[in-house]
Amino acid sequence: MDALLTVTGLTKRFSSAGPPVIDRLTFAVQRGEIFALLGPSGCGKTTSLRLMAGFERADDGHIVLDGRVLSGPHTHVPPERRGMGLVFQDYALFPHLSVLDNVTFGLRGHTKNEQREKAARALRLVGLQGFEARTPHELSGGQQQRVAIARSLAPSPRLLLLDEPFSNLDALLRQNTRSEIRGVLKQEGITSVLVTHDQEEALSFADRVAVMRHGQIEQVGTPEEVYYQPRTLFVAQFLGRTNLLFSQAQGTEADTPLGRVHLSRDARGPVLLSLRPEHVTLDAAEAYPDRPHASVIAREFKGHDITFRVEMDGSEYLVHTHNRMDFQPGDRVALCPLEPAVVLESQQPPAAPLSGVTSAEAAAS
Amino acid sequence: MPDVELQEHVDASRGPQPAEPPPGSAGRSWRLREKLREWYLWGPALFVAVGVLIPMVYLVLRAAEAEPAYLAALVVRSRTLELLWNTVALTAGVLAVATAIAFPLAWLTARTDLRGKRLVTLLGVLPLAVPGYVMAYVLLATTGANGTLAQVAGLGVPRLNGFTGALLALSLYTFPYLFLNLRTALLDLDPALEESARALGYSRLQVLRHVVLPQLRPGFLAGGLLVGLHVLGDFGVVSLMRFDTFSYALYVQYTASYDRIYAACLALMLLALTAAVLFLEARLLRGLSLHRTGSGASRLTPPVRLGAWRSVGYLFAGTVTLAAVGLPLLTVGYWMQEAASIPWAALGEALRGSVSASAPAALLACGLALPLAYLSVRRSSPTTHALERIAYFGYATPPLAFALALVFFTLRTVPPLYQTLTLLIIAYALHFLAEAIGPIRTALYQAPPRLEEAARSLGRSPLQAFVAATLPLLRKGLLVSIALVFLSAMKELPITFLLSPLGFDALALKVWSYANEALFAGAAPFALALMVFSAAFVGLLLLREDR
Repeated sequence: MDALLTVTGLTKRFSSAGPPVIDRLTFAVQRGEIFALLGPSGCGKTTSLRLMAGFERADDGHIVLDGRVLSGPHTHVPPERRGMGLVFQDYALFPHLSVLDNVTFGLRGHTKNEQREKAARALRLVGLQGFEARTPHELSGGQQQRVAIARSLAPSPRLLLLDEPFSNLDALLRQNTRSEIRGVLKQEGITSVLVTHDQEEALSFADRVAVMRHGQIEQVGTPEEVYYQPRTLFVAQFLGRTNLLFSQAQGTEADTPLGRVHLSRDARGPVLLSLRPEHVTLDAAEAYPDRPHASVIAREFKGHDITFRVEMDGSEYLVHTHNRMDFQPGDRVALCPLEPAVVLESQQPPAAPLSGVTSAEAAAS
Repeated sequence: MPDVELQEHVDASRGPQPAEPPPGSAGRSWRLREKLREWYLWGPALFVAVGVLIPMVYLVLRAAEAEPAYLAALVVRSRTLELLWNTVALTAGVLAVATAIAFPLAWLTARTDLRGKRLVTLLGVLPLAVPGYVMAYVLLATTGANGTLAQVAGLGVPRLNGFTGALLALSLYTFPYLFLNLRTALLDLDPALEESARALGYSRLQVLRHVVLPQLRPGFLAGGLLVGLHVLGDFGVVSLMRFDTFSYALYVQYTASYDRIYAACLALMLLALTAAVLFLEARLLRGLSLHRTGSGASRLTPPVRLGAWRSVGYLFAGTVTLAAVGLPLLTVGYWMQEAASIPWAALGEALRGSVSASAPAALLACGLALPLAYLSVRRSSPTTHALERIAYFGYATPPLAFALALVFFTLRTVPPLYQTLTLLIIAYALHFLAEAIGPIRTALYQAPPRLEEAARSLGRSPLQAFVAATLPLLRKGLLVSIALVFLSAMKELPITFLLSPLGFDALALKVWSYANEALFAGAAPFALALMVFSAAFVGLLLLREDR
């Protein structure tokens, strides 16, 4: 593997009392990779970004970019000498400069011709040719965002840092811009670190996602890995709604409130399992006389799928099914796992009442 | 500052994880280095702190040179008590008269159906364009055997002077501070409160007494503080009116016998009185929270119908305007025409003198205010707030005491600086710094800090980033602060009086010295020029208010 950026044991505290905001953070970003730091507000992701950019000074740990130590016990390279591009949540375009002057702002040391060429190329990449003479306040939010990206790409940074760059756009524009910008970054092979609290954004934009909590990384992996194989309860809940099952594991299988299920890995004794709503399906109760039965509480038809809420022994579970599933509230059903349940790591033995559906809102609180 | 750093160090060692490298020791030397690297921020801030505070220390040192017994004899005697009584009585009297003028005027313009309210409001602010000593000159030139009234109408009004003269002159030019504050307070009142009180059986007058007046207290205190500080800091009016206050005694000491120890004592007592006023205001304001408790936009109060009383309202507004704005214009106009010819050469000389000190002072003040405002907005900490507070302290210090402190300080440490234009410029800049900070601060709050960070991530050093990203957005604020300090320095009298170089002429000095010798025609052209500059100052303030 060829890591461009390595962060090792990075620690930052804002006051001497209380826990550090960033606690021995360690990760590596590969050349050409889009890496996302995902977490709820206050998890330290923005501070990590500001440490990488050099606006904050680390109390401990190393940041190394392309073999060059940017931050260490006796080193602190100032932001202007880090060769990183930075895109802010509110874009931070210079209001007194035209679009062209904004984009050439970071191109000092180049001839006028080079400046014009590089700026034109950057603006072409984000699809904003012809806007050179405008001032930022004459642009829409989406256009301002593109100018901000063009401005940080123009000096060919070795690493691009993006701080919640899509959160100021409305929902529809956000999806389009996101996939276009991702296309540009991939096409140009630009290594990027994205910071966001939006799990959908992280999953769809990044090649790899690091889920952060309390200044530490709980899990790093591809979007599929962190979604399908959450390591902890926090990750399972933060990345979407999931059914939690308090179970007794016996090797590759476990006894759960839903009956016997297969496990993602070997385990023994009391464990907490996560089973995503789309990894379960419903069937008529009569077809499974030996499985525990549930009753349908609510059916929500959403076009391309259906969400069922079912009740069993006082706990509620969620099931996403295809749109032809015909059960109605009041029907007796059996829950059939389609995939092995994921065994979550936990320090202490989980408490039984945890079984049931939980969501990202529960995780954030 | 050392105390703060020490405190942090102690806290770090008490931290929960002593094994971790604490931000204390390593962080402390880093913070110091960071401050040294940002010398262009901390240097000017330090200059301001030293420039404002050290001279004050010298006042104390000067006074402490004397034998304690001698010092006690100087301070504890009936003369001091008399000065104290006069100063306090004048302050209280001006507050009372200014309130009597300002409150009805504020009520008329804020709460009634009086027509031409905008014009009346403007006229209520305009007296600020007449500096106190010009107002004193106007009153002196109007009354008495040689006054305008006697010469034009043959009215033998006794010459105004002493307490009455000082009271009238100061009230007529300071009441706009109260007027503006009370008017804003009246406009912000929630009409629902008054209506509830009426519904609960209170009469109009009872509502005023129990509901309206208590809510005006913060506005009254804010305006009253400005009036009080102006009276305590005043030198021109009391010296022209020959009224024995601390300022006047200080002036007599300085010019006649110049007993430095006694002068230092007087200045310190004046400072103590100012501190007492500031303390009292803060004390009275504490715990005073009169915000509306409800949510949503407040409705507009229906204006009170004056009916037949409308003419009384016009009469009042007209009288006040005539006294505060009309009289100065008429008087100056009359004496201009009495004068044989306009002394263009002397006028030019005085104007050149005033500008030669005021213009550099305005630039210097702006240059000092920029780093101070930047520190307080972008590096918000107890230290930077204290630095900004020092600038406001310099503004509240009576200018005569401030100038005297600078005299002592320079004579002791850098004698060649004494009676130079440089010292005068520095004194102006330090005294009026607070006026320069305001507009820059406001502009800085509107310039997002992200811009500078963006510039840094695009390869600019901190200073370059500030110049490229933030400075262009501060242009208007910088211009306003330069203009405010320039115009203030143009009309400043006591600092000019004590610190001007030999042979230096300024508009303010001319008006004062002619008026002091009852040469009313001689003073007129200089007074007119000053009123023009002051009017520009007021216009600028009003423009800012409008935004």
